[in-house]
Amino acid sequence: MTAGAAGGPVAAAGTVGTPAVNIAVFAFFVLATLIIAVRAAGDNRSAADYYAGGRAFTGPQNGIAIGGDYLSAASFLGIAGAIALDGYDGFMYSIGFLVGWLLVLLLVAGPLRNTGRYTTADVLDLRLKAVPVRAAAAVSTLTVSLFYLLAQMAGAGGLVSLLLGVHSSGGQDITVAVVGILMIFYVLAGGMKGTTWVQIVKAVILTVGAVATTIWVLARAGFDLSTLLGHAAAASPAGSAVLGPGLKYGGSGVNKLDFLSLSLALVLGTAGLPHVLMRLYTVPDAREARRSVVWTVWMVGLFYLCTLVLGFGAMWLVGGGRIEAAPGGANSAVPLLAFKLGGTLLLGVVAAVAFATILAVVAGLTITASASFAHDVYAGVLRRGDTDPEQEVRVARITAIVIGLVAVIGGISAKDVDVAFLVSLAFAVAASANLPSILYSLFWPRFTARGALWSIYGGLISSVGLIIFSPVVSGQAATGSGGTPSLITDPHVNFAFFPLDNPGIVSIPLAFFLGWLGSVTGPRPADPARFARIQVRALTGVGAERSSRT
Amino acid sequence: MSLTQSGRPSVSGYEVVQASREFRTLQRRFGSCAVPVTILFLAWYFLFVIVAAFTPGFMKVTVFGEVNVGLCFGLLQFLSTFVITVGYVRWARRKLDPVADRVRNRLERGRRL
Repeated sequence: MTAGAAGGPVAAAGTVGTPAVNIAVFAFFVLATLIIAVRAAGDNRSAADYYAGGRAFTGPQNGIAIGGDYLSAASFLGIAGAIALDGYDGFMYSIGFLVGWLLVLLLVAGPLRNTGRYTTADVLDLRLKAVPVRAAAAVSTLTVSLFYLLAQMAGAGGLVSLLLGVHSSGGQDITVAVVGILMIFYVLAGGMKGTTWVQIVKAVILTVGAVATTIWVLARAGFDLSTLLGHAAAASPAGSAVLGPGLKYGGSGVNKLDFLSLSLALVLGTAGLPHVLMRLYTVPDAREARRSVVWTVWMVGLFYLCTLVLGFGAMWLVGGGRIEAAPGGANSAVPLLAFKLGGTLLLGVVAAVAFATILAVVAGLTITASASFAHDVYAGVLRRGDTDPEQEVRVARITAIVIGLVAVIGGISAKDVDVAFLVSLAFAVAASANLPSILYSLFWPRFTARGALWSIYGGLISSVGLIIFSPVVSGQAATGSGGTPSLITDPHVNFAFFPLDNPGIVSIPLAFFLGWLGSVTGPRPADPARFARIQVRALTGVGAERSSRT
Repeated sequence: MSLTQSGRPSVSGYEVVQASREFRTLQRRFGSCAVPVTILFLAWYFLFVIVAAFTPGFMKVTVFGEVNVGLCFGLLQFLSTFVITVGYVRWARRKLDPVADRVRNRLERGRRL
């Protein structure tokens, strides 16, 4: 199988393996998880059931489910692909994604579980009791969720073309639409309970698949990491440079600043991701919330260690040139590696895992966004709390359908965008718009509603605004200069006055600063009694929402 | 202590709890662990990021075979994350939970009186 033979079977057919096998494995998975979702759902009418799975999951169950929610297609395909193409710089992504969990564990998990009911806006509301703040928190939750959702759906398109042999643009669109419809069905039929079980099943399959493939790769290298790295470096045109930092983020000062900005967004973003935070409400108390995070850290850490081997394995056994030429680009590294190692069957398994990942993460995001809309915007802002829970859940279900359709349209229009990269932008928005107000609400006595509004809207507008005026959107031509091409590939359209791809280094400190400034300059000082209440509740769990299973 | 009809302490009741000796112990313990550890892990992470960005040559120094300082540094980040996670959860169960449970139980008992 030489490069001379028209780039091997990949470039020749534009697909790998037998689509029929991939579709069969995938269909089996979909069927199995649908049955699980429907059977697990049970009675799903109360708000606590629909949004929080009755708060009856154990720490380990929820921890695995969070891992399933967190390890998106961006992790499974994107990071391994980034390592396969950029070497060490791809590995640095995974470190930020992992280390960020410490912030969740140390400052957020327990206090958040103790003070909220379904959404992060609940926490802000307990502290500040202001309808505009709830509205702002909902707006930022919805924005982050939609950003993340777009990244997942964008990944689906490329994957479909690689694995199912669907090459026509219309065929890909139909497949993305099918993904969207399936996901809507999961959420409607399963609620949080069903969705959680889908996450757990997916997380276990994903971990087993990643570990097995990793062992396979290591076996090829004689179980010697050094040998593997040597082979990978020898196979790469960049040589041993792939084993150190700088291939992607080296060079100019702007590049280095961009890397710092990305790192800041990754390490602070996790603690602001609404779909991760919402999962903390599915356990009975703060202790179980902490235990959840422990399980998540183990799972996520183990998984990223695997992606290190998979990425360098793909660099060695598949080669960067073939990965870049394949449909889906960097995202195709792992599927191609699987095909190289285990042929059609292993590829089928990887394909199923990847699809499961997209479905599960999209379902998790959808339920979060629908909860935020129904609980915060509809019940909290539009009806000012004057509604019954059943009506609220009905609104949530309708919202889930709308969000699903938005995701399908977004996924169809954002095909072929680098998935890991889009996700890193979602992290930047989460760290800017969500995190400061959560931390201030829980821990800063002088925080006021005015500060919250300044911080949330300031963080949201600055992060999204800087992305719009960055090379991500315009100014970077599709070919030539290297780097990720802009969404607008026309070189004549260039309004990128902000030089960095990632806005975090500006927007995150700005949001913290605005939260402080808005609070201390406001006409009314913070109410010490409210701070006393949230602090006592956050640390002791008094008045926290109970599990429906007693 | 004043109680509302919902059974939860009223807002001013929480201020009484907040000023109590036991709650202040809880607060002090939480603050003296979670905050320094947060600062520590962030500093450790950004040390890694800054070294990687500004002295890539150091990261490429060979440790053994093809394994270089950068890989070891990165894997140490994994290790420190695991250690902090397990250590913190054990510490919280031993030092935070008993005090938190006492304060909560007292508050919830008060409600039934």
